[in-house]
Amino acid sequence: MSAGTLPQHGGGQLATGELATAESAAAARAAQHDLAVSDQPLELRRITPEDVLTLTGAGLGSLGLTWVLYEQVLPTSGAFGFWVTWYITFLLLYMAAAGLQWSRLVVVDKFMAVAVGSAGVLASAVVLEQIGYSLVKGLHAISHLNFWTQTMAFAPPTSSLHVGGILHAAVGSLEQLALGTLFSVPLGVATAVYLAEVGDVMERPVRTIVNAMTALPSIIAGLFIYAFAVLTLGLPKSGIAAALAISIVMLPTVTRAAEVVIRVVPGTLREASFALGASHWRTVWNVVLPTARSGLSTAIVLAMARGIGETAPVFLVAGFTNEMNLDPLHNWQATLPTFILNSVLFDGQFPNFVARAFGAGFTLMLIVLILFTIARLLGGGTPGQLTRRQRRKLRREAESG
Amino acid sequence: MAAAQSLAPPSDQDAPRAIVSRGSRGDMVFHGVLRAAGLSVLAIISLILVFLVVRSTWALSTRGFSFLTTQNWIFSGNDFGVGGLLPNTILIAVIAMVISIPVALATAIFISEYAPGALRRPLIAIIDLMAAIPSIVYGLWGRFFLMPRMVGVDSWLSRHWSWFPAFKITIPQSASTFVGSPFIAGVVVSLMAIPIITSLSREVFSQAPQGEREGAYALGSTRWGMVRTVVLPFGQGGVIGATMLGLGRALGETIAVLLVITPVYNLQWHLLQSGGGSIAATIALLFNEAGPHILSALMAAGLILFAITLIVNSLAAVVISRSRSGAVTAD
Repeated sequence: MSAGTLPQHGGGQLATGELATAESAAAARAAQHDLAVSDQPLELRRITPEDVLTLTGAGLGSLGLTWVLYEQVLPTSGAFGFWVTWYITFLLLYMAAAGLQWSRLVVVDKFMAVAVGSAGVLASAVVLEQIGYSLVKGLHAISHLNFWTQTMAFAPPTSSLHVGGILHAAVGSLEQLALGTLFSVPLGVATAVYLAEVGDVMERPVRTIVNAMTALPSIIAGLFIYAFAVLTLGLPKSGIAAALAISIVMLPTVTRAAEVVIRVVPGTLREASFALGASHWRTVWNVVLPTARSGLSTAIVLAMARGIGETAPVFLVAGFTNEMNLDPLHNWQATLPTFILNSVLFDGQFPNFVARAFGAGFTLMLIVLILFTIARLLGGGTPGQLTRRQRRKLRREAESG
Repeated sequence: MAAAQSLAPPSDQDAPRAIVSRGSRGDMVFHGVLRAAGLSVLAIISLILVFLVVRSTWALSTRGFSFLTTQNWIFSGNDFGVGGLLPNTILIAVIAMVISIPVALATAIFISEYAPGALRRPLIAIIDLMAAIPSIVYGLWGRFFLMPRMVGVDSWLSRHWSWFPAFKITIPQSASTFVGSPFIAGVVVSLMAIPIITSLSREVFSQAPQGEREGAYALGSTRWGMVRTVVLPFGQGGVIGATMLGLGRALGETIAVLLVITPVYNLQWHLLQSGGGSIAATIALLFNEAGPHILSALMAAGLILFAITLIVNSLAAVVISRSRSGAVTAD
């Protein structure tokens, strides 16, 4: 799969110069981001005014039709049903309008384009909706400063939002996440290096198990840690038990992502290192891992984003408390997810608790978003590509002599 | 690496000499450490299996095979089993799959084939983010946002489609008739399966050979024609594998189901009506008040869930690695 041997830019060069540069720039950008696809497709799409008008017409027409039928004529109700009905009407109307202008093949093509496009829109809408909904519903709680600085220790169930907060849960979450990362990252990266660099007889079974573990229900991790660490080894139900459970959930995620980035380190770098007489572990330590550093950090941060949201295993092995517990080794510890769960399941009849749950949910989303942004910033380049700061540093070193 | 020359006697024939390389002591330690890390993953899985089996001995030996068939959860007369919970789990997972497979495949096709280059990367990031949204947030959303808004659809379906047995309502109409039904749980879980199926399928689709795509275009195919005849057949194995991974996730989902469902322990296959459950949600619900006997039963239920998801996930791995697209993505 080499990009140079295929005449993929031929079509682009035949078009106007401006188009061609834009396309090849886009292609180059895509190639940079998606290493697996090195040969780039031709850009075949043209959007005509007819396309846009047909789409808008069908959208607005179906909206009106659905409103009349759904809200006024038929005995139906509910927002969910309204939008499902609207979507079906929209597709039918679009197909009819397209059928008037184009041939059957083109209609099917356009119809599928709209259908798959709306799925993409739906997925994006769900994500934005999750963030927005927890923000709007949590606003009552998070607008009080005490929500961030107090614990629930002195807040009875009926208390107003001016008393009590989630500090204890946030501290518990962060402590457990830090410990879980500490346990899972060295093991996960070592396993990834084993799969990518050593690979002997046991490679296949290890890889199969790691893949299977990715989809291991997290509650099983909690049950296992309870049966193993709490009941058998005598560890108390505590933050560290939860961290162990979290690390089991994070381990396969770290391993799989790390293996992928280690594999894309160019083999020539390894061979150069071997040719200079370096041993295998020197090569891995000084060449492979530093080259894959940005990808590895991304892998770790994404696994952390998964770890912090883990609810079920933490709920089983960390217990729950309304008080601050800084010590992960002893006594029960609350986390953001278990705080939400307790507030909704056991105190759901108090509106203020539900508001606090949404506030905690928003905090959780915020942490996930921050981790995500960090991951995107770290993982911008391909392996071996220097960041702007690294390039500046190199230039300075070259200038200074 | 030290390369020791072979000590073959010199001869006239031109034959390559055997190169034997033995790693340095540092390398042997290094390989040992890495191998230990790799094997520890196997050890963890085996330990999970062993400890679940040990802790569930009481429940399994008391109930024997009837643990799988009993639709009850009463400990006073030793009348408990997953006969209701297991099918309820599968029911929710199947509803989730029916919704998520079309949406996820369409999204994957859109990202890999239709989306303009500038949109592709943000969309991939959004799908990744969707996978990283904690299940408790999905649960909150399902309980407080989705549930009240779905009552309209539920009641309409139950009135006009009740000739279809699964849509029938068998309990008296009240305010809570439609609260906590398997259908709502399935919709929430489907949102969590979508990113898994999408990201894996997208990866597979984007590997479809460029030459074959352009061949289809050269033969006069439309874009959809190209997708249907080149991309989809190429990605078939990967899509099946991705779907099974999504199914594994849906079967094991705990917190979102726990927050949405009204728990029952018998088989409840009327989709729209209140009451349902899953093994994972039941474990989370009953765990903290459980005595040793209930705990053993919960461990046994967990063991069954573990076995099912392990089988589903391993099958998925086999399907992916056997397929044409899987062979490409394996490295």
